[in-house]
Amino acid sequence: METVAELRDTTKAPKLNYLTNGYSVASWLLTKDHKRIAMLYLGSVSFFFLLGGFFAALIRLELMTPNSDLMEAATYNRVFTAHGIIMVFLFLIPAIPASLGNFLIPLMIGAKDLAFPRINLLSWYLYMLGGLVAAYALINGGVDTGWTFYVPYSTTFSNGWVVVTGLGAFIIGFSSILTGVNFIATIHTMRAPGMTWFRLPLYVWSHYATSLIMVLGTPVVAITILLLALERIAKIGIFDPAIGGDPILFQHLFWFYSHPAVYIMILPAMGIVSELISSFSRKRIFGYEFVAFSSIAIAVIGFLVWGHHLFVSGQSVYAALVFSILTLIVAVPSAVKTFNWTATLYKGSISFDTPMLYAFSFLGLFLVGGLTGLFLGTAGMDIHLSDTYFIIAHFHYVMVGSTVIGFLGGIHYWWGKMTGKTYSEFWGKISAMLVFIGFNLTFFPQFVLGYLGMPRRYAAYPEELQVLNVFSTAGAGVLAIGMILPVIYLTLSLFNGKDAGDNPWHLPGLEWRTSSPPPTENFEKTPVVTWEAYDYGDDNGLEKPKV
Amino acid sequence: MQNNSWIPLFPEQASSFAWQVDALYFYIIAVCLFFGIGVVIFLTLFAFKYREREKFATPVEIHGSNVLEITWTAIPFVIAMTIFAFGTYVFFNLYQMPKDAMEVYVVGKQWMWKMQHSTGQREINELHVPVGRKVKLIMTTEDVIHDVFIPAFRTKADVVPGRYTYLWFEATKPGRYQLYCAEYCGLNHSGMIGWVNVMEQRDFDNWLAGNVTNQTPVEAGRDLFENKLGCASCHQDNGGRGPSMKNIFGKPQKLANGDTVTIDENYLRESIINPQAKIADGYQPIMPTFKGQVSEDQLNQIVLYIKSLSGAAATTGTTPAAAAPKAPAASMTPAASPTPVTTQATTTKEKGSK
Repeated sequence: METVAELRDTTKAPKLNYLTNGYSVASWLLTKDHKRIAMLYLGSVSFFFLLGGFFAALIRLELMTPNSDLMEAATYNRVFTAHGIIMVFLFLIPAIPASLGNFLIPLMIGAKDLAFPRINLLSWYLYMLGGLVAAYALINGGVDTGWTFYVPYSTTFSNGWVVVTGLGAFIIGFSSILTGVNFIATIHTMRAPGMTWFRLPLYVWSHYATSLIMVLGTPVVAITILLLALERIAKIGIFDPAIGGDPILFQHLFWFYSHPAVYIMILPAMGIVSELISSFSRKRIFGYEFVAFSSIAIAVIGFLVWGHHLFVSGQSVYAALVFSILTLIVAVPSAVKTFNWTATLYKGSISFDTPMLYAFSFLGLFLVGGLTGLFLGTAGMDIHLSDTYFIIAHFHYVMVGSTVIGFLGGIHYWWGKMTGKTYSEFWGKISAMLVFIGFNLTFFPQFVLGYLGMPRRYAAYPEELQVLNVFSTAGAGVLAIGMILPVIYLTLSLFNGKDAGDNPWHLPGLEWRTSSPPPTENFEKTPVVTWEAYDYGDDNGLEKPKV
Repeated sequence: MQNNSWIPLFPEQASSFAWQVDALYFYIIAVCLFFGIGVVIFLTLFAFKYREREKFATPVEIHGSNVLEITWTAIPFVIAMTIFAFGTYVFFNLYQMPKDAMEVYVVGKQWMWKMQHSTGQREINELHVPVGRKVKLIMTTEDVIHDVFIPAFRTKADVVPGRYTYLWFEATKPGRYQLYCAEYCGLNHSGMIGWVNVMEQRDFDNWLAGNVTNQTPVEAGRDLFENKLGCASCHQDNGGRGPSMKNIFGKPQKLANGDTVTIDENYLRESIINPQAKIADGYQPIMPTFKGQVSEDQLNQIVLYIKSLSGAAATTGTTPAAAAPKAPAASMTPAASPTPVTTQATTTKEKGSK
């Protein structure tokens, strides 16, 4: 049985950790250390998140009044397209896997690194290249197609930088595929002795499911973008009916990837929440196997529901019914997860540190986001709601309310492990609450707006809808403060934060059994795992710290 | 148009199936409240009751319960299936086109709506329809994908280039209702809005009378078919190089490759634009394409003319072509005469409930 003392060699102090092991620029840009690559990713995705947030702010400011007065429709169309493309391709899809996943998967399974460290670095460079290409298009005037690139508008009618932006997304797609392959190989082959599949933290399970989608789904969107470029550049008739194509084909191909992509975004966040709820109630996750397999079920069934984006598009009514029933079925594993998280709290010892506030926030918002999916998966209901603000509200509850909240919760939870420093708990709690309140004020009114019939992507709207839009814009202000605060106090903590300690919450996971920040090789000796995941008992070599 | 409260919550209910959509909405809201409130109650209860009392305590270990897992998998599944059943019922009501509807042709174009009644009246961004009468929109677009969305009727459908899509409704309340384009279509997307004017039958008849045009679309279609495009030189009724157009609409057609298709608007349209796609059995693939030579409006007219050749069976409720001047009133009155009564009843009830 390994103890903390055995895993860490405390005799030779001070030891180098991954942050102090080389300070040169080259030691970062040419690093093969998954932890450093994770930090490079964390910096990049945070930058793009703030940029996407800037465009969101412009959208909400424009919609404060019914007329398009802050900007013209032409500008507005480019702004919401930029917001969507940046947030989806450059933040939501890579955010959790490439930063927290990259950092933690090897630590959690007791490995020295990912299976392919060079490919890991290559995926970051591809991400940055794709980001730069997309940014180039943006700076030179952007695109006005919406992030969905629907044809034939995008292939024949739009005169923005469609192909260049598509190229950016195409390149980022390869970064995503490489990350997925790397994670799958790592989880299969690099687990420490004794780390069986059912001893893996659920966070690792969720990344396994996510990686499957990345590897299987991303090539389809890459092909779709290629076909779109072929039609736009070479006028080969694939999608535009004027030259013999089929516009609905594009929507099938696009959503075949882009719906599972939603699960790429949310599954890792669900994994984080499993860790948070277990850690701060000091309980093994209730129904571990059910939570693990519900991730796989979501990943598999999630591939078969894309047609619910096409209920009003002119697809066959019978196809619509098949997609409708599958969509309603995929709601079940999500419900199972929620019930298990709730049951985990039963007879626990629950503390309310900042990460746990984010976990509660996630549960509340995911509940709304998931349940409102029932409306949209029901064909008869979706006809009225499709392409309205109801959709906008629903997917922001899922993507922001769940993914971004999960991301923030994870960042706070592992911040001490990643940087060795502690942030201000006071400001952490304040910002967690501001995010929750601001978020609901921003997006709940949009459900009502949607039912009233306000279509999405409108620069101007009827006057009677203004009150609800003003609420929404006011909420966005609160939300923005809640999002900017962590940037400030987390950055400050790097300079004046207290020493985080190796295992401040006295947790059993492998990542807590090495030092903070971890050494470059993660563990001094390869750990041998003899305990179940989430084993809070005293019998696994952990001493209780003095309180 | 919206109700007068400070914060509107629901759009007006002005179509025969609007209440069904609302009922479905309330049913799903009830399901959401059941699960949502349930989970929040347990979360709050547990968070309070099991809050930390001793730092780093080791609570009892609970691995799970198969009975609970099966229960809370089965119950959501069953409830999801009830939603599916209800939703499917509403879906078919919304998307299955009635056979006896008055037809209106809609062409979307960046960024306007062009409507044409089968009696010939043309409108832009306005649509006049009688109350209590089924109306079917036969829609296509000249450029990108658009979408006809009428919130007060709770229905919408994409308008797709290169094919016809359909939408139907029966308005229950006279008034003026917003029509939005709900599929992003470029620069002036948010300006592509129109109005549906629902009128009492009498007012609608007056409106029709005041908007007389010289040529009904069927007549225009015949003109194209016989003279301008010369279709009739091959498509003769008694054995030309192409099949006869008489009494074919809605019937099955055997193809040269052995398949069978039903002759509908989309098949006619395809055969004009892309004649080689589905060759009728027994004929040579010699017809030239008319792509680029006919506008969407003209296509509609030809299709409508061909439909008219199949008599009342194919165009129930619409204007039989030959009897143009008398036809509108004649074909509408029988269907419409009982409706004003019911409509008034509905209206009074609505007023009463407010």
